[in-house]
Amino acid sequence: MVKIIYRDKEWEVKAGMTVRDAILKVGLNPLAVLAMREGKLIHENTILREGDVITLVSVVSGG
Amino acid sequence: MRCRKCGREAVINMRQHKLALCETCFPLWVQEQVAEAIRRHRMFGPQDRILVAVSGGKDSLSLWDVLLALGYRADGLYIDLGIAEGGYSRLSREKAEAFAQAHGAALRVESVPEQYGESVPQVAARRHRQHKVCSVCGLVKRHIMNRVARDGGYDVIATGHNLDDEAAVLLGNVLQWSVGYLQRQAPVLPADQPGLARKVKPLCTLYEREMAAYALVRGIDYIYDECPYAVGAKSLFYKEILNQLEERSPGVKRNFYMSFLRARERGEIAFRDEARAALQPCRQCGQPTSAEGLCAFCRLWVGAEERA
Repeated sequence: MVKIIYRDKEWEVKAGMTVRDAILKVGLNPLAVLAMREGKLIHENTILREGDVITLVSVVSGG
Repeated sequence: MRCRKCGREAVINMRQHKLALCETCFPLWVQEQVAEAIRRHRMFGPQDRILVAVSGGKDSLSLWDVLLALGYRADGLYIDLGIAEGGYSRLSREKAEAFAQAHGAALRVESVPEQYGESVPQVAARRHRQHKVCSVCGLVKRHIMNRVARDGGYDVIATGHNLDDEAAVLLGNVLQWSVGYLQRQAPVLPADQPGLARKVKPLCTLYEREMAAYALVRGIDYIYDECPYAVGAKSLFYKEILNQLEERSPGVKRNFYMSFLRARERGEIAFRDEARAALQPCRQCGQPTSAEGLCAFCRLWVGAEERA
């Protein structure tokens, strides 16, 4: 499984899907978040691997 | 997915440009986009002194980073609004100071509570019949930016408004047909009155997503949280709506804003040339105002002394 973390929420999705599909699956707009794996930005077509921990960062922020 | 420029693994795919780039080529591409906007809109030249309004957020710190990388003479201005909720002002100030220190850049800090005796939320609470927090905040920031630019001898104020910010404002203005606001919405606000500083928006062609990615790739430590008073703001709702359209139709957001700018440049959208109200210096601070006596900023503090 792959863990998806966004703010104070967590989900689990299946390995093998793309970042974009995972974002859609947890109910977010792929344009509203960016995905990080091991502290590095990854693009939306990246295939998620078993055991990945993906942190989503909101695109909207700042004053 | 490979970087279009060098073939390495991409870190971002920008569907509206049909362009994927790696962590080396992407920041350079962002810097090129900013350089092009500065040139195209004649925002400033290499000798100008630029005051970058920094909030501690991704856009303004990234803008400062880009301007320094492009070799401009850019100092930062952080305005401490005294927003205590969630430690917002304290955290955002720390981010701005840390960036300045890491880059050896000059940062001017103006504290509203220290200088005027009240935070922005406190002023808004005292004058709740006239102003909400966001309108006080805008008024205070505009005044202080202008004062610091004028007193510090800066040629221009640069703000971190990105394309999503501008498109959301445009959508709001179109939905209301606010012709006056539409007329004034532009990447460059000229210093067309004595005492008013020139203002520019060098990030106006870049998506908010691209600016967040730039900050992450460049390792810029910024405040992730939105201002606590922005929760539920109409502008955030408009951004969400525009992103829903963009998800279905890549490029629609960019086209909406850029077509507006192009149409106006070509004279396809004409505004009646209304005479602006005559401005005179405020009796107290000297900044231009259409009001008799005190400007809107100075009027905010009338009555504050008695309560202090």
